[in-house]
Amino acid sequence: MDMNEIKEIFFQECEEQLAELESGLLKLNDGDRDPETVNAVFRAVHSIKGGAGAFGLDDLVSFAHVFETTLDCVRSNRLEPNQDVLKVMLKSADVLADLTNAARDGGSVDQARSRQLIKELEALANGELPQASAAEPALKAAAPAPAPVVAPPVNEEGFQPVAFSFEDFEADEPALIEATCYEIVFRPKSELYAKGNDATLLLRDLSRLGEMSIHCDTDGMPPLDRMNPEAAYFSWKISLKTDKGEDAIRSVFEFAEWDCDLDIALAGGSAVDASEELPMQPVPFDLSMLDDAPAGSADEEEQITTRDRDAAVSAAETASNVLQMAQSSTRAPAEAQRSATAAASAAAQQAASAATPTIRVDLDRVDRLINLVGELVINQAMLSQSVIENDTNGTSSINMGLEELQQLTREIQDSVMAIRAQPVKPVFQRMSRIVREIADMTGKSVRLVTEGENTEVDKTVIDKLAEPLTHMIRNAVDHGLETPEKRLAAGKSAEGTVRLTAKHRSGRIVIELADDGAGINREKVRQKAIDNDLIAADANLSDEEIDNLIFHAGFSTADKISDISGRGVGMDVVKRSIQALGGRINISSKPGQGSVFTMSLPLTLAVLDGMVVTVANQTLVVPLTAIVETLQPEASAIHSFGATQRLISIRNSFCPLVDVGRILNFRATQANPVEGVALLVESEGGGQRALMVDAIQGQRQVVIKSLEANYTHVPGIAAATILGDGRVALILDVDAIVAASRGQSLKPEMSLAAAG
Amino acid sequence: MTYAAKNLTTGGRELIAFRVGDQEFCVNIMAVREIRGWTPATPMPHAPSYVLGVINLRGAVLPIVDLSARLGMKPAEPTVRHVIIVAQVKNQVVGLLVDAVSDILTVRDEEIQPTPDISSEFEKSFARGVLAIEGRMICLVELEAVFPHEEREAA
Amino acid sequence: MKKRVLTVDDSRTIRNMLLVTLNNAGFETIQAEDGVEGLEVLEEANPDVIVTDINMPRLDGFGFIEGVRKNDRYRAVPILVLTTESDAEKKNRARQAGATGWIVKPFDPTKLIDAIERVTA
Repeated sequence: MDMNEIKEIFFQECEEQLAELESGLLKLNDGDRDPETVNAVFRAVHSIKGGAGAFGLDDLVSFAHVFETTLDCVRSNRLEPNQDVLKVMLKSADVLADLTNAARDGGSVDQARSRQLIKELEALANGELPQASAAEPALKAAAPAPAPVVAPPVNEEGFQPVAFSFEDFEADEPALIEATCYEIVFRPKSELYAKGNDATLLLRDLSRLGEMSIHCDTDGMPPLDRMNPEAAYFSWKISLKTDKGEDAIRSVFEFAEWDCDLDIALAGGSAVDASEELPMQPVPFDLSMLDDAPAGSADEEEQITTRDRDAAVSAAETASNVLQMAQSSTRAPAEAQRSATAAASAAAQQAASAATPTIRVDLDRVDRLINLVGELVINQAMLSQSVIENDTNGTSSINMGLEELQQLTREIQDSVMAIRAQPVKPVFQRMSRIVREIADMTGKSVRLVTEGENTEVDKTVIDKLAEPLTHMIRNAVDHGLETPEKRLAAGKSAEGTVRLTAKHRSGRIVIELADDGAGINREKVRQKAIDNDLIAADANLSDEEIDNLIFHAGFSTADKISDISGRGVGMDVVKRSIQALGGRINISSKPGQGSVFTMSLPLTLAVLDGMVVTVANQTLVVPLTAIVETLQPEASAIHSFGATQRLISIRNSFCPLVDVGRILNFRATQANPVEGVALLVESEGGGQRALMVDAIQGQRQVVIKSLEANYTHVPGIAAATILGDGRVALILDVDAIVAASRGQSLKPEMSLAAAG
Repeated sequence: MTYAAKNLTTGGRELIAFRVGDQEFCVNIMAVREIRGWTPATPMPHAPSYVLGVINLRGAVLPIVDLSARLGMKPAEPTVRHVIIVAQVKNQVVGLLVDAVSDILTVRDEEIQPTPDISSEFEKSFARGVLAIEGRMICLVELEAVFPHEEREAA
Repeated sequence: MKKRVLTVDDSRTIRNMLLVTLNNAGFETIQAEDGVEGLEVLEEANPDVIVTDINMPRLDGFGFIEGVRKNDRYRAVPILVLTTESDAEKKNRARQAGATGWIVKPFDPTKLIDAIERVTA
């Protein structure tokens, strides 16, 4: 593993932490006050900061630091996470995500926005609560003020991360060239040993600084029978001649300075009292206190709680008093222990209830397994087919075994697909950000409610879900919801609601996006459609048909192209991308009450339910989702139109016939519709087309195989599959076929529309 | 590449020779994955005439190229006696329909003679040289030149 | 004999960085993801030194250190705390809990190894 791989891991982890952060903030927004939620949020930011620091991602570190500081105020109950506070925090989470992306992919972030948020976060941390601002300077005063060491370049923003250690002093101050003699008195306390430090090691390190002579003082040694093996009885007098300076000596004792008496003096000079130099008063610490505190005792628990309160109060009261603060902090171990006990029991609970163990697996491995299972399915189908072909006795034991094999294969396939299935949660979470942004841009007040976030769908589908969903959400907020004023005037609450729901329904995932806005303005849509020559002026359309006009290419009812949904992307693009996933979308709308978009998608892109058909002696697969119905054309229903076009009349409406064999160039002459079967398909824009094929072989689940891997994209073909006979069959791209047919028949269609 | 290949294999480089019509060609054995019999291919719409279609190679969809047609000779009429050389070209795998595999040759680089001047630009584009083996003439084919893949994005 | 280091950190990034740094420096590394796991693997890991984060789910660094200090066999093992802050208050708390020393993040390999060498023989 090298640093680049670790960096990659870091960014993966960031994504997880950002998701954790957002979901935690949203929980807080909904009134959740569980300390663990706050902790998780804090940890997420802390973790990002830690990793970012390791990679020198300074922008990310400084923003995360400010964010973390404010979150720490929430964690320590100095800041109430009300809606206003959370608004800032959610925006900050968005900026943090932007900064992470910028750090990974390059590119820039909105500097003004992040600066603004840094200010707001700092204001929350400092200004809002008086006791918080009182405690703050005390902490700052207590810290050994790193500022003089490195001048913070971004100080006007209030923060510059400075990795502080005593080594820094050493590095930044010119080393003393002249060797100086120091007299050092070092008296370890027993705590020094209790914390895993070792006087011998300290003396070893000290000896590395220069010439040293040691005198060990054993006067404190009690008689053997009264000796406590864990106590510290020795002290040392050391004279050291070094050119490294006093700081270097102190740095040797960096970890030990509180658990020993340390006097450092220039030989022949006056003593420098260690305590004056130390960042804090040495705190006597009695380890026995820990041992005496029984972990489970209820009395003790209560007592500690009281102490905690005392500690909090005293910390606030005496914020400027370093000494007193140090005293109150001696209670910290008890508090830490209490939290440890609580955490341990929480962990046990978690283990008992929900925590199912998980493992992390490379996606590649899962993909390989899925491919192999695909092979298994194909092989099983091939085996079945050859047995059926060679077996005259239909009830043989082989046949029964094969049926079981088929069953097992299907189960294995389902289980394997389940491995790659993931909840839609991350995608839904991303949407809450989109809502926030558009609400800001449009000045609308919007609440996003999500349901069924744990509904699972194959990763391949999830990855492709975000884009159409983003457009739909933009559309819902921008066009669907009214402004707060209009809402109030209509007797609604000022805040609009967008509800995003996911659920499983008959082997597909159904995603619903509902808004409580004004609904579709049918008159406006209709007029627009007439203006754009999409429908005839006197066309008689049902409400549903009018609503679905918004999926027509280039259709937009917004009077002015807004910055949000007017990015050249209309609902037609949404519909097409959903159809490309083998999905469908439709809309229902009630004036004054809002609109509901419903899309249904396959659970996976690895397999597909298809209708196997024959066209010009070739076997093709048509995705079942595209087919509305199949029909056997009668000669009387076929009407020629223009030079080459033919229409089929279905229940008094005319539907263009599409000769699949001709479009794919599989045959030179037109097929006779009466000799074949027509598949009625819904095409882009809601219109229907009848695809002519020679015969239907049956319905089958097929494993989708890429054509692009070894060949190239073929127009009119979506992918390939392997059928039971072992041969490759092509899967039809219905939309492309229809589009191609329209390309030939564009003019007749236009005149048809104009003629009504 | 040539230099590296020469250094790696002390005995020179190994080539697979095959017949297309009445001519003999060869390709670097390192590019060849396997050799298999002809199975009917599924035709592809709008494909160039030398692409016979696609077949199932243990679950992968493999395009089959009629090398005779591709090299400007008369299109093959595939029979069970024809073979398919499955070869790796860049990051893709393709099947080459040839009449028969004739030989496995080990040659040194200096045995490869430059492509004669009389050949057309078309032949020059894929021929990397000719070999004289036991009185036969074998043309060394550069597969990457046979499949330029200009329609695909460069990897 | 290789010195054994137990690292306790919930961040995969930091865990991996520690692993690479420590392995390159010739240490044997045992990893735990949080305080609870740290205590669980303590006996098995039998570390010569422990490096732990503070902010962790389930059981934080303070709780973990206290847990180690209560274990008769391991209470004298040096424990170094990874902290992003040079903040004296954090160091103070770590010390109260029984930490031997600390490493200020972002750590570089030298800093990390230096700190470990300082507390181990």
